[in-house]
Order: sequence, then structure tokens, then C-alpha cells
Amino acid sequence: MGNPIPRKQINEHIVEIVSDSGEGAQKAGQTFGNISAKMGNGVWTVEIIPAEIKPPARSPAGASGIRIRVGSQYITNMGDAADIVVALNEQVLYSRIATHAYKKGTVILLESKWLTDPNPKIVEQYKTALQEFRDNGLIVHEIQMEKECLKYTPKPRLGKNMFVLGMICNIYDRDVKKAYHEIENTFIHKGVKVIELNQQLFQAGYDFAENNLEFHYNIPPWQTEDSKNKLIVTNGNQALGLGIMASGMDMVAMYPITPATSASHYLAEVYHTVGGFVHQAEDEIAAVGFAIGSSFAGKTACTITSGPGLALKTEFLALAVMAEIPLVVCLVQRGGPSTGLPTKVEQGDLLAALYGEPGDAPKIVIAAATIEECLHFVIMARKLAEAFRSPVILLTDANLATGVQPYPRPEAKAEWLASPIDQSNWDKDMPAYNWDEKTGLSARPIVGQVDGQYVLTGLAHTNRSKVAYDRESNQRGCEMRSRKLATLCSTLKPPKINGEAEGDLLVVGWGSTLGAIEEAISKLQAEGYRVSSIHLRFLSPLEPGLKAIFAKFTNVLTIEINYSDKADAPFITPDNRRYSQLATILRAQTLVDIDCWSNVHGQPMQPGLIYEELLSRLNQGAE
Amino acid sequence: MFGLKSDWSLDIKTRYFSLGDYAGGEARWCPGCGDHGILTVVQRICRDKQISPEKTVAVSGIGCSSRLPHYMGTYGFHGLHGRALPLACGIKSRRPELDIWVATGDGDCYSIGAGHWIHAVRYNMNMTVLVFDNSVYGLTKKQTSPTTPIGYKTNTHPEGAVLEAHNPLTTTLGIANVSFVAQTVDWNPNHLYATIKAAHDHKGFSLVNIIQRCPVFLPNFFQDYQDDPGKILLLTHEKGIPLEDKFARLFPNQKEHDPANMVDAYDIASAQNSLPIGLLYHNPAVPCYEDISSAGKDIGMEEKLAGIEKAFDQFAI
Repeated sequence: MGNPIPRKQINEHIVEIVSDSGEGAQKAGQTFGNISAKMGNGVWTVEIIPAEIKPPARSPAGASGIRIRVGSQYITNMGDAADIVVALNEQVLYSRIATHAYKKGTVILLESKWLTDPNPKIVEQYKTALQEFRDNGLIVHEIQMEKECLKYTPKPRLGKNMFVLGMICNIYDRDVKKAYHEIENTFIHKGVKVIELNQQLFQAGYDFAENNLEFHYNIPPWQTEDSKNKLIVTNGNQALGLGIMASGMDMVAMYPITPATSASHYLAEVYHTVGGFVHQAEDEIAAVGFAIGSSFAGKTACTITSGPGLALKTEFLALAVMAEIPLVVCLVQRGGPSTGLPTKVEQGDLLAALYGEPGDAPKIVIAAATIEECLHFVIMARKLAEAFRSPVILLTDANLATGVQPYPRPEAKAEWLASPIDQSNWDKDMPAYNWDEKTGLSARPIVGQVDGQYVLTGLAHTNRSKVAYDRESNQRGCEMRSRKLATLCSTLKPPKINGEAEGDLLVVGWGSTLGAIEEAISKLQAEGYRVSSIHLRFLSPLEPGLKAIFAKFTNVLTIEINYSDKADAPFITPDNRRYSQLATILRAQTLVDIDCWSNVHGQPMQPGLIYEELLSRLNQGAE
Repeated sequence: MFGLKSDWSLDIKTRYFSLGDYAGGEARWCPGCGDHGILTVVQRICRDKQISPEKTVAVSGIGCSSRLPHYMGTYGFHGLHGRALPLACGIKSRRPELDIWVATGDGDCYSIGAGHWIHAVRYNMNMTVLVFDNSVYGLTKKQTSPTTPIGYKTNTHPEGAVLEAHNPLTTTLGIANVSFVAQTVDWNPNHLYATIKAAHDHKGFSLVNIIQRCPVFLPNFFQDYQDDPGKILLLTHEKGIPLEDKFARLFPNQKEHDPANMVDAYDIASAQNSLPIGLLYHNPAVPCYEDISSAGKDIGMEEKLAGIEKAFDQFAI
């Protein structure tokens, strides 16, 4: 094949593969991400998912695919505009352009078979689009991908994704051996013939790019060989599954709901190896009831859901609060309200998680900010649930659920596992809720403990779990349950400040926006702006010291992916403006006039957009 | 009958449970309410079978029926309206050794909890489910329940219930994996005892629909049946509910029914103007979900850690 082609060394690139659904774009992109991670690059991938299973072919709404951001540093988010895009038809690109996924100069490798399609309408569409794309500054290379694939298979639609994988692996100088190995793993259950055909298609794409494309890059690794050996690559839902196993959780009760379900898919495959069980309940309510029942009997239990499921579980969550039943709820947020945007990103369930139940229902609410935290926070959540005899809601979102990232491989620890249930005799004189006046904490009797018999009830009750309608009992029960949160808060450290402890602007975030916010902040700090950020993991109780931190900044701004009124929208005044969800809580809790910047575009926050917003705010302040 | 074996040697148990061990708080149901009799029978069966109170859980939803756990000396879970069954199934799922009783009602089970009822029958987990069917909402004061007869006046339907009453027996019989369906009446303690005991002896989900009097909101509603046992159809069979002849003789209207016969069971359950009591259907061979859900519950720590390590390795690069 002649001399090695010259390669331009770059720091990072964003690649997208978009197609109709069912063309394997996601598989190709994930494989590319895995190979890159294995080569020691920082990687973040995010799926582009149509809301329908089989949307019409060649429609903008049907855009399905994946974005892969690969770099020579740790990558924490999906980034801004793509650098190189492989598109299997031109129509799907329209929806990506509409979400500002591309910029002038983005290179499009476009399947060109539509130019010779027997349907003149398609030919016309293709030509029109091509002209539009070029007029808008996209650099389009037409490639006859299907024709190339036909040399190897009569069904090129199914294998084209491997050809695409080959092309991008060549463009970025990926390790071919690793690629062959990944393909083998992917098709291991389909036999040697299928593996070989896919490897052939990969090689065809690889060779095609080598011989026909004039741009080739090299993205050096950031991990050394040594540390590479200690990384794992997962998406956030797999991380939840791993955390559930590593926490010694006994069982998961769930009902299918996007985008949470894939955590249970993963567990259904492997949970038995650690003795766990996934129960698919008849509905969301039954799922949480089943988990609560299991937890009442002393077995650690978890339920996994998304917004609409949380709404249905409300009454049971209040029962878990009222009767102090340990329970972990993994809440993988999607866009709302109602059925909303099932496959899209939003952080819209914070207030529902905190305050969704009628009556006062204090509970622990934490939010993972990275895929790695999805794993470790489950372990923390289980321990908190038991120590504080309380439900714990762990918030993640569709961005973390579908994002894929390498992170340090943990080592399983015995102390992470739930301890065996206590079946020793209970002290007959000790009440079932032997509340410590100072902390609100109490030990709980487990079914099987002689003399521990009590009747758990959702009615107001005394410390002996006896139904009580008198004014003192209900007041006391509410106080004891609330006191647990103050107790937990007293053990927390103030959040770490990213940047200087004082300045012009402090950005406050929570959840999956961490990477994008910090990337934008770093850029601004490097440019000399006095801007810092904090990122909250504990939402209930709130992390301590916030008011003191806020006092050191001229302005405080939350950045969130949930709805807020724009300050200059019609009829909006400072008195009636509806703030984003974290801002609402922080304003109430700290009496600081905190502003918010948020949207409900259904997209992960992009560092470039945050940068521009903050830049304009900082410059406004300087005027 | 306790303390001595049949050969007159002493059977010394470390613990012997008397009725008092199964008694909780004082029952607060209305005087004359059929629930009192059901509670007594449940406590007697626990005593007669010497079930450890600490290994027993009485689970309930909301309603008059669902106060039962408070009156038991066992562990109890007084849950949410309609949700007793998911809780009971969850309790059983990883601790199959526990003895589970569920107290629910016609509103709790057949209306707000109807979805769970259908699926709990399918799971067929080993538990004794007593539906206190008094044909009315009692705790909330006389609203139409799913088993209120059409035309009967309630506070929500002052002109009379507008819909045909629901038939819980035919519905239960139609659910996949149904394994035990019986009906009895609260005012016949012998039949009540024998029926609930048979339900408890069955390994699987045993549903007992108990025709139960509400003297406050449906006074004399079942008086005809009480006055004339001939209006009741007693189901008899060697595999049915064992009832001593002296008690069975009180029922002039009897039918021999093989509880293995689903077609006949359905005919009996769906017959108009008939109140069958006895065992309608029994299939001891239906698999129990807890045999699946409890797999791996006793796995050791070493094996768990190895499993976790292996899972990490699957994602290692």
C-alpha cells in the first residue's frame, strides 16, 4: 500500500455517524469509541435517537446515529460542532443542522447512491440538499458506500456500518487489530462467517479511506500504557448496573421506561452471577411496592425509572419516607412534562424528586455528575438508605445514560456489600422507631427477629409504630424524619470550588452538565475572567456553606437543563418569573438573588454555548 | 392436642405459641362486623399450625379489612390502598421462608388494586390472600364497590348502583397460573376455618373470597343466606374443603365438585343467583415465582466479589 500517509496531529475531534434507524450507525460509533478508549484517548459518545422505532426512511425526524468526541485529554461532554460526519442519506442531516450540530467547515462524508436512485424525487431531494449544504459552508464528499459494500455482500444495508467504521478508523489512525477484535466480540454469537464478512467490510472502508481521502489525523493518547490497564468503558446505565451489583443490592424491581430500561437489560444478563434478581413488575407502582416489600423484609432493594414512572411511584415513596424504609430509586431523567421527550435530555425532575409527595416527605436526593459517579453513587445511596432508614433518589439523565466514557476500574470491596440481615433477638423494650432525639436515627427490626414484631404503617404513628392521630405524635414523627436530613448535612463538606473562591460570577450546576460547564469555565478562566463554578451532588440535604460561597461573588447563576422563564419574556417581572429548578431551591434556601440560564432543547449542554452565554454576561457586567 | 404426641410421649418444644402470641392491638372493627370472625380464625390457624410469629407477615392495603395486621402479634405491613399484593410479593421474593397473609377487600383488591390482583395470581407466590368482600366501601362510608349489586343504593349512587357487579371468582379463574380459588362466608366459623386452613396449606397463591357482613352500611344484606342455608351451595369433594358431616348437614343444597375441574368451576362461579362456598379450583402443580426470584439469595461474599470483578472486567480496556 505504499508509504504511510502523512497525518496531521490534532488535540481532539468530534465525529458523527447519522443514518436511518436500523442501519447500525450506533454500533459503528460505539466500536470506534471503544477502540479509541482502548488506545488511551479520552472519549465521550452520545447516541442520536429518533423517538420512533421505525420512522419513515430518509426523513429528518428519523435521524439516528451517534456522536463520538475523541481527544488527547479527559473528555467530559459531547462538545460543540462536529468535525467529520458520515451520513448514509442526506435528509437525516437536516435535523442535525437544526440542532446546530455542525459548523462551517464540517466535513460530510455522504452516501451518494441517492444520486442514481430510480425515483426522480429522491434524486431531486439529494441534489437540492447537496447544494444547500455546500452553500452553508459544509464540505461534502460524496462516496458510493453501498457500491463498495456490494463487492462483499448482497445485503449492503446491513454491513455498511462496518465500512463506515473502517473509514473513520483509517482517518484517525485507529489500531486495526483492536478493531478486528471488537468486531469479533460484537458478532461472536453469529458465527465465523458473519465475523469475517464484517471484518472484510471494515477493511474495505479502511482501504477506501486510505486511498481516496486526503485528510488523515492522529490524536495522541492521554493515558499511559500502565494506567490504561485500569480503565473500564461503560455508559451511565451500565454504570448504574455495575454499582447495583457492587453495592450488594439484593434485587431490582422495575417496569420498562425509556431511557432507564437499559440498566435493567444489563443487569438481567449478569445479575445472577452475584445472586441478584431483576423483577419486571406489572407496572411502575408495583415495581416500587415490590422493592419496598423486599426492603421491609431486610433485603436491599432498588427500583429504576424515569419521570413518568416517578410520578406513579409517588404514593409509595411517601410511604417509604413515612415508615422509614430504606430504598434506592435510580431516576434516569428524560424530557417532560407528561410523556414529553422520552429519548432526550432534561434535568426536569429535581423538584418532583424533592417535593413530589403530598405532605412533608423529606428524603435524600443525590445527583451523579459523571458516568463514573453513576457507579459509585449507587453504592453510596444504598449505604445512606440503610444508615438513614430512608428512600434515596439518585438522579441521572439521558445524557449520562447513553453517554459512554472510560473511567478508572474500581475494585470490588467487601465493605461495599450489604451486610447479611440481622436475625438476632430484638430487645422487646426497644420501640420499632427508637428515634435518637438529636439525630432522628433509629435501628429497625427485621422480619424474623424474635420480639421485634411491629406493624409498619403509612398512618401517623408513635415510636412503637402504633397508629396515632394526636397532635404531638404527628409533629414528632415529622420532626424526627426531617432531623435525619440535618444530621446527614452535618456530615457533608461544602462543595469544592472550581476556580478562585471569589470573583465576578459563580456558576452552579448539578448532574450531567458538569463537563460542559467546567470546560467553558476553564476557557474563560484562561482568558482572565473572574469566573468559578461549583457542582452539587447532594440536593437533599443541600451541601453546606453555600450562602458563604455565594457571598464572595458579584453574581451567581445556575445552568440547568430544565425550564425557566426568560427574564425579558412578556409579562415577566422579577416577582413572577419562574426560575429553573435548582435556582428555585437555592434562592429559597439562601435568600441570594440567584439568576438562572436554562433551556429545554432536549440536548446535553454544550460547552461552546455556555461559554458564549457566560462571556456576554461577564462583558455586560464590565460595561 | 398439643404437648402430647399420639403415643402419649411428651413432645417438648422450645417454644409453644398460644393464641395470645398472635394477638396484637384490640380490634376496632364495628360490633357485629364479620371481620372479627376472620381475625379469630386466622389466629387459630396460626396457633394450630404453630407458625412462628416472627416469621409471619400480615400484609394489607387500606380499608376496614386492612386493619387486620394491627390486630396480629406477627410482623405486619399496613400498606397503601390497592397495593398489598406488590408489597406481599416483594416480601416473599427474597425471603421465601416467611409466612405471608394478605388481608384485602373488594375495593382494595378488585378495584384500585385490580391490576396487581391479576398479576399476583400469575406470579403464584405462596401466600394466603383473604378478600373481605362486603360489597361496599366501609371505611370511607358506603360508596359503591365493584361487588355492589346493581340497583343497590349507596352514597355515590343514591339511585342505585348503575353497573353490573363484578364477579371476582370468574375473573380469578380466568387468570393464567391460577392455583387456588375458594369462597366462604364469615358467619360460618367452621367452614371459614376449614377454607382458610386449606388455603394456607396450599403452596401457591390461594385466594379466598370471604362473603363478609357489614352491619353498618349493609345491615341484613346477607340475612337471607344466614336464615336459610339452603340458599347457599356447598361444594363438597374429597379434594375440596374438609368439613365435618355435622356441619355439612346444615346445608341442604350441596354439589360435589372436583376442584381440579376448571370448566365446572367456571360454571359454578358464573351461575346467577347462587352463592357457592367451598373450593372452586385447585392446582397444586403451578410453579411459584419465589422459586425463581429467590435464586442466588444465599450466595456467599467471595462469590459475589468474584462476580463483581468479572463484571468490571467485561468493560475493561
